[in-house]
Amino acid sequence: MGSPVHRVSLGDTWSRQVHPNIESERYIQSFNVERLINILDGGAQNTALRRKVESIIHSDPEFSLKDNYFMTQNERYVAAVQKKFHLQITAKRLGWSENSPEFYYVYRALSGELALSLHHVFLKSLRSLGSEEQIAKWTPLCNEFQIIASYAQTELGHGTNLRGLETEATYDAATQEFVVHSPTLTATKWWPGDLGRSATHTLVQAQLICSGARQGMHAFIVPIRSLQDHTPLPGVTVGDIGPKMGFDHIDHGFLRLDHVRVPRENMLSRFAQVLPDGTYVKLGTLQTNYFSMVVLRVDLLLGEIIPLLQKACVIAIRYSVIRRQSSIRPSDPEAKILDYQTQQQKLFPQLATAYAFHFLASSLLEFLRSSYDAILNKDFSHLPELHALSAGIKAMTSDLCLQGTELCRQACGGHGYSKLSGLPSLVSRVTASCTYEGDNTVLYLQTARFLVKNYLQAQAQATPGSTLQKSLPQSIAYLTTTDLARCPAQKAADFLHPKLYTMAWAHVATRLIKDSVHHLETVMQSGADWDEAWNQTTVIHLQAAKAHCFYISVKSFTETLEKLENQPAVQQVLKRLCDLYALHGILTNAGDFLHDGFLSGAQVDAVRTAYLDLLCLIRKDAILLTDAFDFTDQCLNSALGCYDGNVYERLFHWAQKSPTNTQGNPAYEKYLRPLLQSWRSKL
Amino acid sequence: MNQDLRRERAAASFNPELLTHVLDGSPENTRRRREIENLILNDPDFQHEDLNFLTRSQRYEVAVRKSANMVKKMREFGIADPEEIMWFKKVHLVNFVEPVGLNFSMFIPTLLNQGTTAQQEKWLLSSKGLQIIGTYAQTEMGHGTHLRGLETTATYDPETQEFILNSPTVTSIKWWPGGLGKTSNHAIVLAQLITKGKCYGLHAFIVPIREIGTHKPLPGITVGDIGPKFGYDEMDNGYLKMDNYRIPRENMLMKYAQVKPDGTYVKPVSNKLTYGTMVFVRSFLVGEAARSLSKACTIAIRYSAVRHQSEIKPGEPEPQILDFQTQQYKLFPLLATAYAFQFVGAYMKETYHRINEDIGQGDLSELPELHALTAGLKAFTSWTTNAAIEACRMACGGHGYSHCSGLPNIYVTFTPTCTFEGENTVMMLQTARFLMKSYDQVHAGKLVCGMVSYLNGLPTQRIQPQQVAVWPAVVDIDSPDSLTEAYKLRAARLVEVAAKNLQNEVIHRKSKEVAWNLTSVDLVRASEAHCHYVVVKLFSEKLLKIEDKSVHAVLRNLCLLYCLYGISQKAGDFLQGGIMTESQITQVNQRIKELLIAIRPDAVALVDAFDFQDVTLGSVLGRYDGNVYENLFEWAKKSPLNKSEVHASYFKYLKPLQSKL
Repeated sequence: MGSPVHRVSLGDTWSRQVHPNIESERYIQSFNVERLINILDGGAQNTALRRKVESIIHSDPEFSLKDNYFMTQNERYVAAVQKKFHLQITAKRLGWSENSPEFYYVYRALSGELALSLHHVFLKSLRSLGSEEQIAKWTPLCNEFQIIASYAQTELGHGTNLRGLETEATYDAATQEFVVHSPTLTATKWWPGDLGRSATHTLVQAQLICSGARQGMHAFIVPIRSLQDHTPLPGVTVGDIGPKMGFDHIDHGFLRLDHVRVPRENMLSRFAQVLPDGTYVKLGTLQTNYFSMVVLRVDLLLGEIIPLLQKACVIAIRYSVIRRQSSIRPSDPEAKILDYQTQQQKLFPQLATAYAFHFLASSLLEFLRSSYDAILNKDFSHLPELHALSAGIKAMTSDLCLQGTELCRQACGGHGYSKLSGLPSLVSRVTASCTYEGDNTVLYLQTARFLVKNYLQAQAQATPGSTLQKSLPQSIAYLTTTDLARCPAQKAADFLHPKLYTMAWAHVATRLIKDSVHHLETVMQSGADWDEAWNQTTVIHLQAAKAHCFYISVKSFTETLEKLENQPAVQQVLKRLCDLYALHGILTNAGDFLHDGFLSGAQVDAVRTAYLDLLCLIRKDAILLTDAFDFTDQCLNSALGCYDGNVYERLFHWAQKSPTNTQGNPAYEKYLRPLLQSWRSKL
Repeated sequence: MNQDLRRERAAASFNPELLTHVLDGSPENTRRRREIENLILNDPDFQHEDLNFLTRSQRYEVAVRKSANMVKKMREFGIADPEEIMWFKKVHLVNFVEPVGLNFSMFIPTLLNQGTTAQQEKWLLSSKGLQIIGTYAQTEMGHGTHLRGLETTATYDPETQEFILNSPTVTSIKWWPGGLGKTSNHAIVLAQLITKGKCYGLHAFIVPIREIGTHKPLPGITVGDIGPKFGYDEMDNGYLKMDNYRIPRENMLMKYAQVKPDGTYVKPVSNKLTYGTMVFVRSFLVGEAARSLSKACTIAIRYSAVRHQSEIKPGEPEPQILDFQTQQYKLFPLLATAYAFQFVGAYMKETYHRINEDIGQGDLSELPELHALTAGLKAFTSWTTNAAIEACRMACGGHGYSHCSGLPNIYVTFTPTCTFEGENTVMMLQTARFLMKSYDQVHAGKLVCGMVSYLNGLPTQRIQPQQVAVWPAVVDIDSPDSLTEAYKLRAARLVEVAAKNLQNEVIHRKSKEVAWNLTSVDLVRASEAHCHYVVVKLFSEKLLKIEDKSVHAVLRNLCLLYCLYGISQKAGDFLQGGIMTESQITQVNQRIKELLIAIRPDAVALVDAFDFQDVTLGSVLGRYDGNVYENLFEWAKKSPLNKSEVHASYFKYLKPLQSKL
């Protein structure tokens, strides 16, 4: 197979030829890469559309990302605004609408280096929380950029705990307005994207107070900057929160509101309303407030978090077949570092995770889509499960993607520390996902609450005489199925059966959930109330939630495999990754499997043997498996990870373009020259 | 001062000052360190703008200015003792990153170690006075840890009595050396020596790279900055390409090996001292891991005492987040680790100095073990610290991501430790080599000594991987000594497992080297277990030397937490080895929770005892006075991005967006 043009297109003169060390990796193909690409894209027509969009974006110099690493925070912001501007013009010319797959692919091609992304979040929240009239009024204003909207929830003093937010919206029946106000310093909105310098409007989450009563969090559309000259409106203090670890292109902002008045119609009112006289009318449950967060979390998985790990794998694995270091036998030439077992054991579990999460997020997205309309129509029966799943999966995904991305970075040695590798940017971006949209610990505990609650319910039903027979939500149905006390595997090969390791994970998750309930009950029996007992047992709840999520991910991977019966070659290579993913998980948590004797010491050794053998098998397909993510070189933006493998030339040429080399050395004139010459005057 | 922090400090069960003395080594050290720190803090010449608001090139400029200043000031203040210089630089440079630093840390020591008296006379004085600025260029684009793979050549030309230095390939370009990009005018270059048509391996050469007076690269030299990095913005890590560049014969450092004028190569008698430098640098890095982690813990724990969030019971006021079990579980084991590494770092420093004296007297017997131990501990402590700093940062939630927290900076400054001065996996495998050698020695009937002496017990105890009931499971989880014993058993078992798997592979494969590669995952595991045992051992031994009762009590709790947390994390190893039973693991987990509660009242005092100045922490969240939110707001307002109320990009792009669509 030749090298597809769309992949080798940096226009660098030395990149016409693919490096032989990576070419040879693509020589023998145990499966058809294009087929796997289609599976990941969700169909060949999607692949074609994605590539079409990519070629449009990459052939336009206005969209180039190449100088990103050389820019200051300010320059990055300007570049992102400029790209967004140019994109809107381009989209109009080509007839791409917001929310179209084209926009999704643009975001991917540009690695999200676009300003005004919160505009989108505003629209999504509007659609989830707004009434039909509100949606009809504000959507066109946004789409035509008459206003630039953002979403302001987090405050200086409070983040994940929504109820603790201090911003107030007090209804004034006399004028039929809400008075939105930041009563304390800690109530200052802090972190919202696009707020620092871009937004004209923002959706403020605030405590609703009407007729003297506090009604909890609601969302209000608040204009903050003049549509004429962009200056802050009266009563509004707004600005940028300063330099961060990453996300330089986004102007995260602060916002203080001093008794700012907005009309009654600016409260989003799909699920709750304030009538003109100040009567509060509830149209949904308390949970509805969480719905827009559920949607956002699910979107983030495939749209933002998982591709970061995938890219890190592509870069680290490609670099590992170009980099040669030492030799395995003294007489041999230097070996590719990917041939070292230690390098394989660092990278391949990450590659397997990148695939596992792709399939996991896809199935969650499917579940969300199937329940979305029902929820908008106020059927909330799936919401608790959806909420618990999205919380736990977001936590697990961001946790493990961060670990994996950082591991890939370190696996590239010193060069992984250079921004030109692309890896520091990936790390500093993925690491933010562990705290935004809900701190991971808090999210895991939300999942744990769901598990405990349902487990207790199931237990109550199982007692004789109970007439209530409600089945458990599907994702936790395994809690009541019969369970083996001992794993039946006898040799290493037995562990390569998806049914077996899925069952093993179900066993451990069930045991940990049972344990956590048992601990909780024990503490309560000793006199503590539920809340106290909960805080004293959170560590084990955390562990149980993690095991549950891991089980879900193993299960979704095996279910994906089952659907690939008609593509045996692809199925085989993915099965190896699935096996590796599940077994790596068992080895990392061996204590949990040994604890109740479910696995014996000998069985753990057998798992290790199976696991090490898999590394060798995956080695042969490693490069093809990274090719299958089908990231363009421009999107990877990495000297180490290019498709053609011309790592060192690219690194050298790129570094020479750094401003530190092109813009002189003022420090020499100012400090070094006097320092160096101070001795001359003494002579 | 913030009320929460005031209350925390008043409630501590011990006097943090006494613990500070323990960490510094003596009350006198603490006094002198503070005296030096105050010299800097009170001197207006050292003030500078918050580095977070500066561009890379501005940060470099500040660093160069500080270097220039420092030479003068240290003379003025009479600071010459190496320890005192270190204290001085740590506060003065904040990140301890200095473009001129390589001149003192690498160029001059290498000259002293490997240069002849004549060479030292020629170069030493001028480099000490910064009349020339030197650096040390070893790493190349294509090769790092594996020295023998370096490609730069130095070919001797007897006709002109010169060496011709050349970078034959792209991969041979020197890449990464600090201070090379913009600052230095000389470099000690490591290159493959070729004379009379034969290659004699790596040797060191003094190479002038920039013209004195103009600072322009000399003809035949291509030199520059390697571009933006994750951190180290102040440092001009550089590249150097030499194009058949000639230097006089006298520029080869010839204390050991020599090239005669006619090109005859004279072999070195013995050169073990370079070994010594590596050991020194790596043992120093163990101490750096401790300091970086201590900083991160200070910030995260103080902030967790100031921040209130959520509620444990509905209707009650929001508790400090440090009262949540999950937050304690995140942070206190890391605090315990920081203390453990502090003591390991101090031990490494003492041991290095002791052994260095032995070496001076010609006794090299302890060097191999020290070399193996520093390699492994450098890897073990830097990996742990790397993950732990990130954990501290994330424990601060969103604010941890802002540069105001100081944590991103601590992280990006520390993380290269995992790959430089010997990549960690390679380091672990070096330790494994020593462990395997010791294991073989024991099998051959010889006794081994030092930290690996536990292997002596192996042949009689005969651990079969599956036959696990050999050891009596009587670990007392309240005794640091007994826990040390448990870690020892784990290390012994994993060393034996690795050794057996290695033997197995050797039987099945033809080559020893292939077998080594196929066992390397087990080997790394064995090394980690060995290092973990050493850390536990040193921590529990340190307890014996603590005199003050209340300090002893709180350190003992930390030591127990460190040991038990490790067991809980690696429960599989302890269960599989039959070292502990399931019910003991359950007890361990229970005991950990009790320890969290026990440590909670002393948490703030324990980080206060690290005694970091606010300027060293560089963190709004970790301020000693705890006035976090006010200062966060003030800090953000100072950001250059807020200099104008309406940003220029509004007129350029945002406004036209409305009209052009």
